[in-house]
Amino acid sequence: MSAPNGIPCRKAFTETLLALALTDRSLIALTSDARGSVTLDEFAKRLPDQFVEVGIAEQNAVGIAAGLSTTGRNVFVCGPACFLSARSLEQIKIDVVYSKTNVKIIGVSGGLSYGALGFSHHSLHDVAVMRTFTDMTVILPCDERQSRAMTLALAAMEGPAYVRMGRNAVPDVYEVDDVPFVIGQANLLQAGTDATIIAAGEMVRPALDAAKRLASEEISVRVLDMHTINPLDRKAVLEAAKETGHIVTVEEHSIHGGLGGAIAELLCQEYPVPMRILGVPDMPVPAGNSKDVFHYFGLDAGGISAAVRSLLRS
Amino acid sequence: MTEINRLKSIAAARRIDLLRIIRNAHGGHTGGALSSTDILVTLYYHTMRFKTKEPSWPDRDRFVLSKGHSVEGYYAILADLGYFPKAELDTYGQFGARLIGHPSVKVPGVEMNTGALGHGLPVAAGMALGQRLNGIDARTFVLMGDGEQAEGSIWEAAMFAAHHRLDNLVAILDRNGLQISGSTEDIMTLEPLADKYRAFGWAVVETDGHDFDALITLLDCKPHTSGKPLLILARTIKGKGVSFMQNVVKWHHGVPDDAQYLAAIQELDQLQKEAEQV
Repeated sequence: MSAPNGIPCRKAFTETLLALALTDRSLIALTSDARGSVTLDEFAKRLPDQFVEVGIAEQNAVGIAAGLSTTGRNVFVCGPACFLSARSLEQIKIDVVYSKTNVKIIGVSGGLSYGALGFSHHSLHDVAVMRTFTDMTVILPCDERQSRAMTLALAAMEGPAYVRMGRNAVPDVYEVDDVPFVIGQANLLQAGTDATIIAAGEMVRPALDAAKRLASEEISVRVLDMHTINPLDRKAVLEAAKETGHIVTVEEHSIHGGLGGAIAELLCQEYPVPMRILGVPDMPVPAGNSKDVFHYFGLDAGGISAAVRSLLRS
Repeated sequence: MTEINRLKSIAAARRIDLLRIIRNAHGGHTGGALSSTDILVTLYYHTMRFKTKEPSWPDRDRFVLSKGHSVEGYYAILADLGYFPKAELDTYGQFGARLIGHPSVKVPGVEMNTGALGHGLPVAAGMALGQRLNGIDARTFVLMGDGEQAEGSIWEAAMFAAHHRLDNLVAILDRNGLQISGSTEDIMTLEPLADKYRAFGWAVVETDGHDFDALITLLDCKPHTSGKPLLILARTIKGKGVSFMQNVVKWHHGVPDDAQYLAAIQELDQLQKEAEQV
């Protein structure tokens, strides 16, 4: 397993956004008193005319961004995912999705990143709500390099998107700098024939580690990085179901309505196969850092590999 | 004809149009559409700069209808100005129509979808900031209802607009005093509204929202107060122009029957003739 390289996804995102914004004056970073937690301090200092502060007012942040975008600006609204995906939901629904404005919602410190801060700061519902909006692209990048590639793709994309990334530096999934990243197209990280693990965001690395453990037990597991949950790469999911016969999904999200829900909706109607949805179950989340909570819920290499074994036995 | 009488005549005609729309669709927000007609007519037939054949002309003044339910008069104006064929007004509310009960960007001339209250001021502030960042000497106007002043998002945007000194932003408050369940002050105390906006850092002017002379004078000031967004607190009468609808809560979304419709049209015809004869 790779060690963290010290660069969280959010930092990779803001560095790339700044590099783009230095030459593309249409790019705007907008935040709700979260320049520190998003890591936008350097952007604010170097490009004050392309940086908008709205204060602690997340509804307004999205409304302002939508208005700004109609004047030809490509606006990235950046703040903690827990607030942007709940407090601002109606503005996202109406001012962004329904009005078809070119606004990117960047939720940082998502999922269980703020573990010990409590449920107020968790965002385990965001994928479920965002993916029900027609035309809302939903992306969970898994590491530093993918976050950079994703930022380039988002800046070039017209239309609304929701991105959720974590707070902490995470181990690399991608080892090279030309990371394949096409919005809506899953990346095949490992070939396999007995089962497929489909993961998104910070769960991709443990999914890959689980597959490696299982390989030593002669269990051949395919691993898909489903960085884009909406639109879902239906072809990759259906191929995985047909060719490997078993599907395990892994996400830092409620087990309801997220990546697992999206894949279950597809497979139960078009190609049912035995399936497990791994995520945060219906129970209170204990206090603790995200690593400990992940372990508690089996969202690590050990838990994921156990789920695959159990599915293959059943 | 004087400019004032020209606007009065247009306002009467658009009130007839909007009642026809509501009558045809058997539904609509009659009272608020009538209270805001004179403000919309002043903006669209006197104040704002735009090109109907080029709705996204970058230098245009922009308008956002925050009280999106008062859409019928807005559609009547956009059609009359040539943004879309006037015959399309008869499709309002029909299956598959683009003219629906709240403004939609599918309709040429509409800048932003609205309908949920408290959204207009934030998006208008964003537009005004964008105009300034782009170096465009144009303004953004937003028409708000009074009932929606209870929405917190309005006050978030009020703070933002003052902080960013958006003196190209003009908010007009259709202060008709009534909302769906009764008097605004019975439902939720809003007053002193002028003081509240002043305390938030806005320039505030109170006026009669049916006085074209006053509206023209105010809206022609550009900017009204340097470095401050402007709130026009426009005292209006819900149901204005139709005597039996004026200040009656049930006309918030009341639909006239045949006799009421004919009586209303006769009143408005008379107003239009009077304006044109002066």
